[in-house]
Amino acid sequence: MSKGMRAGEAKYGYLFVAPAVIIIGVFLVAPIFLALYVSFSNWNGLGSPLGNSEFIGAENYQKVLVDDGLSKSDFGTSIRNNFYYVIFVVPAQTALALFLAVQVNRRVLRGRGFFRTAFYFPSVTSSIAITTIFLFLFTASGVVNSILAFFGINGPNWFKDPRGIIHNFLGVFGVSSAPAFLEVQGPLGISWWEWVAGPSVAMCALIVLAVFTTSGTFMLLFLAALQNIGAEIDEAALMDGSGPFRKLFSVTLPMLKPTLFTVLTLGLIGTWQVFDQVYLTGGNGAPAKTLLTPAFLAFSTSFNDLKWGQGAAISFILFAIIVALTLLQRYILRDRDVGKRAETNATRAAAEVKAGAARAVAKNASTNTDTTKAGIR
Amino acid sequence: MNKKAVGAAALAIGLTATLGGCAAGSDGGGGDSAAGQELSILIGSSGDAETQAVTEAANAWAEENDATVEVIAANDLNQQLSQGFAGDSAPDLFYMGWDQFATYASNGYLEPYAADLSNAGDFYPGLVDAFTYDDTFTCAPKDFSTLGLIINTDAWAAAGLTDADIPTDWDSLEEVATTLTTDTQVGLSFGLEYARAGAFMNQAGGQLISDDGQTVQADTPENVAGLEYIQKLYDAGVYKRPADLDAGWSGEALGKGLAAMVIEGPWIKGIKNDFPDTNYAAYELPAGPEGKSTYTFSNCWGIPQGSDTAEAATSLVEFLTSDEQQLAAADAFGVLPSTESAAATYAETYPENASFVASADYAVSPVNFAGSSSAMVDFNSKLETLVPGGDAQGILESLQTSLQAALDEANAQ
Repeated sequence: MSKGMRAGEAKYGYLFVAPAVIIIGVFLVAPIFLALYVSFSNWNGLGSPLGNSEFIGAENYQKVLVDDGLSKSDFGTSIRNNFYYVIFVVPAQTALALFLAVQVNRRVLRGRGFFRTAFYFPSVTSSIAITTIFLFLFTASGVVNSILAFFGINGPNWFKDPRGIIHNFLGVFGVSSAPAFLEVQGPLGISWWEWVAGPSVAMCALIVLAVFTTSGTFMLLFLAALQNIGAEIDEAALMDGSGPFRKLFSVTLPMLKPTLFTVLTLGLIGTWQVFDQVYLTGGNGAPAKTLLTPAFLAFSTSFNDLKWGQGAAISFILFAIIVALTLLQRYILRDRDVGKRAETNATRAAAEVKAGAARAVAKNASTNTDTTKAGIR
Repeated sequence: MNKKAVGAAALAIGLTATLGGCAAGSDGGGGDSAAGQELSILIGSSGDAETQAVTEAANAWAEENDATVEVIAANDLNQQLSQGFAGDSAPDLFYMGWDQFATYASNGYLEPYAADLSNAGDFYPGLVDAFTYDDTFTCAPKDFSTLGLIINTDAWAAAGLTDADIPTDWDSLEEVATTLTTDTQVGLSFGLEYARAGAFMNQAGGQLISDDGQTVQADTPENVAGLEYIQKLYDAGVYKRPADLDAGWSGEALGKGLAAMVIEGPWIKGIKNDFPDTNYAAYELPAGPEGKSTYTFSNCWGIPQGSDTAEAATSLVEFLTSDEQQLAAADAFGVLPSTESAAATYAETYPENASFVASADYAVSPVNFAGSSSAMVDFNSKLETLVPGGDAQGILESLQTSLQAALDEANAQ
């Protein structure tokens, strides 16, 4: 190794990053490893896990995933509930956030600042406060039901109603109990009929709440990305003769793809970890466990049943689910510049460029004529 | 260069040191006598009145013994307790709920001190049973409550009913509930959960666990009969859940005049702040086909196992469970004293609550053994589907399976 002027600088580098590394190590990395150990141990919450517990292999995971019993069916119920929560919330919040961002990005909109603040406001308010207010809004004789009553609709008792909306929908056609082919046992200890229940009416209120509170944050992300799209691109699209919808779907949205990926990923992670709202509605995921989520189940298994290993195991299974889904989403949203699909895309794009150029030429020709005419006049 | 290896080794050592740091317990020193000790008490308080009363009592003891006591009202007792135990900083004394007691005792959280108390023999035998784990009377019952039938006396008189009509069995309960039901008021209301519905199951002659403690008997015809009686009242429109009435709990339904009768304990007294004009009286629960039955709920004073301050805390418990202090607490926030002599005095002082004390003679504790809580929570969630038109037999069969599994696991330990 040569000793130049910069010899020995490396140690200063290590010195400067040391505080960050130590803090992250002590408060993030070590606890994660400790929790991972707990999930393989029989720790009962008395004293530190190190020295007060034994390694018991994958027993905790087995109880949650394999052995028949309440642990497994509770976990299955919580996965079912959260699955419906995710597939309703993530598309809705992304679409709403994008819609709001496009609206407040318009230059002609008066009072843009006001609207931006107003839409962002739910995101800066504590989720505890908003949930409490929603609990009042969605009581049997609350504001929401009063409004529904004005339109002649008899609203449900939202947070007390455990009926799944897909079950309700099937009930309209007279299917009120499990048909034979759905009565069989599904995965994770609950029947297929239970799996297809859909979110309960109570969960629907939480879905509305989540969309309401999170779309503001994601609107901000979209807005930042939208402002990165130069005015010249807008103009070019306009010159190419695209209407507002065509422009949104063929120009703006493809340019927002990285942001879209971020928003979907954050949305997916956030919705799989829903806890506050469930904790606040009280009573172990009442009504009838339809608000039970894996995050809450991990909490109550640990803190109320003192089965800390099992609680930690649930957390790590949840972690695995989130990682798997994020990778899947990354795969679906990947750039299609390679492979067979890319070739078709390229051919199509080339054709479109040609057609576009032809259109532009035609348009330019007419514009030129207009200018000439103006000149003559 | 093998800088990478050195780095990895450093990281590994650092990680081990950090984790090791977590293992190092920190037990403060302590003397043998209470003098000079600092105790912390964690309570799950029902409100300011309770917090204040406990603080005053604890301070009185502290002054006598030259110690300091800090009373902390928990926001979430279970969570704060678990956190304290995991961090080796458990409170020196805490409220231990009946529903969590067995779980805590079986995990070795609790110091079994109660048998050595000077007043150990004064407590109700039922309460001693409730806080006995592995044949050891573990912690001293703080107080107790039983369930009773609370009747809105104004609604009662308005419906033309008299003292002679006070229901004594299921038939007369149904009768008065029907009489009391009007367009704006339902005859009877209570939360549809194990701690209420279970009383009806017992009144019908059912019990969840066999006398030898080995088998679960949940799906018996007696238990089904108890649940079906509730369904019958609901279908007749004379019973509704508080949620159906848009009330948070049945006490609120009573106060708002939405329900004429509710099933609650002495804590019903708490509605006087929100509904000072509601007049009510408490009676024993009506008997079912197989006689009277009600539940008794209690907290005990828990002391962490191996605590340095255990001796001082025990002396504090002795003070707090003395008849004098229990009567003061009863006076402040309406709980029933856990010793028989104090309870008798209480019944004389507060004749309106005498029925709660009277029913202590036959009251039983709800099912509670280590690991039973998740089965009972599941039962509660299934009970929500009992009305309208639920499957009582199916609900009890599901309880049979989950509770038997939990019982087998508890017995195997």
